[in-house]
Amino acid sequence: MTVARRLIPCLDVKNGRVVKGVRFVGLRDAGDPVDCARAYDLAGADEITFLDITASHEARDILLDVVERTADQVFVPLTVGGGVRTRADVDAILRAGADKVSVNSSAVTNPGLVEEVAGAYGRQALVVAVDARRRDPNDPGAGWGVFTHGGRVDTGRDALAWVREVDRLGAGEILLTSMDRDGTGLGYDLALVRAVVEAVGCPVIASGGVGTLEHLALGVLPIAEGGGGADAALAATIFHDGHFTLREARDYLRSRGVVVRDDAAPENR
Amino acid sequence: MSDGGAIVVVDVGLGNLRSVERALRAALAAEGRAPEMVRCTNDPGELREAAALVMPGQGAFGDCATALHRHGGALAKAVGAHLAADRPYLGICLGLQVLFETSEEAGGAHGLGVFRGGVRRFRDGMTDARGERLKVPHMGWNQVRPTADAHAAWLGRAHWYYFVHSYFVVPEAAALGCVAGETDHGGAFTSAVARGNLWAVQFHPEKSQAAGIALLRAFVRGAA
Repeated sequence: MTVARRLIPCLDVKNGRVVKGVRFVGLRDAGDPVDCARAYDLAGADEITFLDITASHEARDILLDVVERTADQVFVPLTVGGGVRTRADVDAILRAGADKVSVNSSAVTNPGLVEEVAGAYGRQALVVAVDARRRDPNDPGAGWGVFTHGGRVDTGRDALAWVREVDRLGAGEILLTSMDRDGTGLGYDLALVRAVVEAVGCPVIASGGVGTLEHLALGVLPIAEGGGGADAALAATIFHDGHFTLREARDYLRSRGVVVRDDAAPENR
Repeated sequence: MSDGGAIVVVDVGLGNLRSVERALRAALAAEGRAPEMVRCTNDPGELREAAALVMPGQGAFGDCATALHRHGGALAKAVGAHLAADRPYLGICLGLQVLFETSEEAGGAHGLGVFRGGVRRFRDGMTDARGERLKVPHMGWNQVRPTADAHAAWLGRAHWYYFVHSYFVVPEAAALGCVAGETDHGGAFTSAVARGNLWAVQFHPEKSQAAGIALLRAFVRGAA
């Protein structure tokens, strides 16, 4: 056996509520991030990610309360990102009980933050989120740019140069989102995933575009077998909308030869 | 706990103690016991009174060893006395590594030396059976194979646990009897050790969902 490929459901949280409702059977409150995280934990998520999209930085305490209550009940790694600007933001999120903090725009404006957080907490506590967009939609050879603010702001940086830099500065993982594919359901930008996996030493989480279980499998299958070679797959819609359960996703990945965790060992039943 | 002693989580100032404390409370509640019997402290006096010790820790072997040997080694002595009396101990991550003598990571630092052997870093550039690159740190879910039936009772037969580490313990030949579980990452490494009421694991039971809580429940049952 070897280390398993991970499936990570991501919950968008705004003012302490889940933005896109999660359609689970038997969920008490589909808008409560704590209930949703618990449901994903019980369904066998390998990790859980909260992305805070609250506009106001003043509403931060609401998020910290959500993180704290989740950490009391959920015993898989919890990553929290969105609006993380300063070292103080990082400290507060980890103190509330998150295992990892995800930074995006703030890493671009202040790469020193990556080094500082990795130095203080270890690389494993830091995920650097990179939103990449093709320079030419039809030609991966033209490369990818790094965008911030939900894909609206072009940083002028090259995505491959940027992931190499954050890998060197101390990123524990890279959460790679294709802005071309995000929300389309057309599948990952596999050329992007492969290029980043080959550029860095740290694990890569593929995100953006998953519409089918086949898409998930392609993201994490080895490059030599036509996949993206990512270490983990992050997805929102396909799990939230109830079309596929995490267990169905894992069974499918296993059928494609991907090593995934089995949380139903005989003596656990 | 018969004598009313606490389960003490040893605070050496490394890593997230709260998550270990939370998971232990959940395990105690599941066992119908009082969650309040868990305490986090670095007070050697409280360690000496403890019914059971849990030693978590993430980060560097050298920092952990330094913290234990600080102030005349009060913490190291308290932990040593606890182990010498074969009272229940659960080491997690650094709490496993520090039971050994030395680490590649910290040339001069000395661990507790409970077991003969050292701590070594995974080599860069390892590949798995399919030729895929293996990464360092070893991060994510992996399986633990118990080396004997007695260890399967607390580790499970092939349970998946969550790992985050770049270093692993290498017991000397004379100490191989302590190996309780093995995991593959570019070859098999020791992911769990045991001796009497001492258990120590490289992975994080507090982040390993049902399998992790089951292990913690087994530990708190033994700490009764």
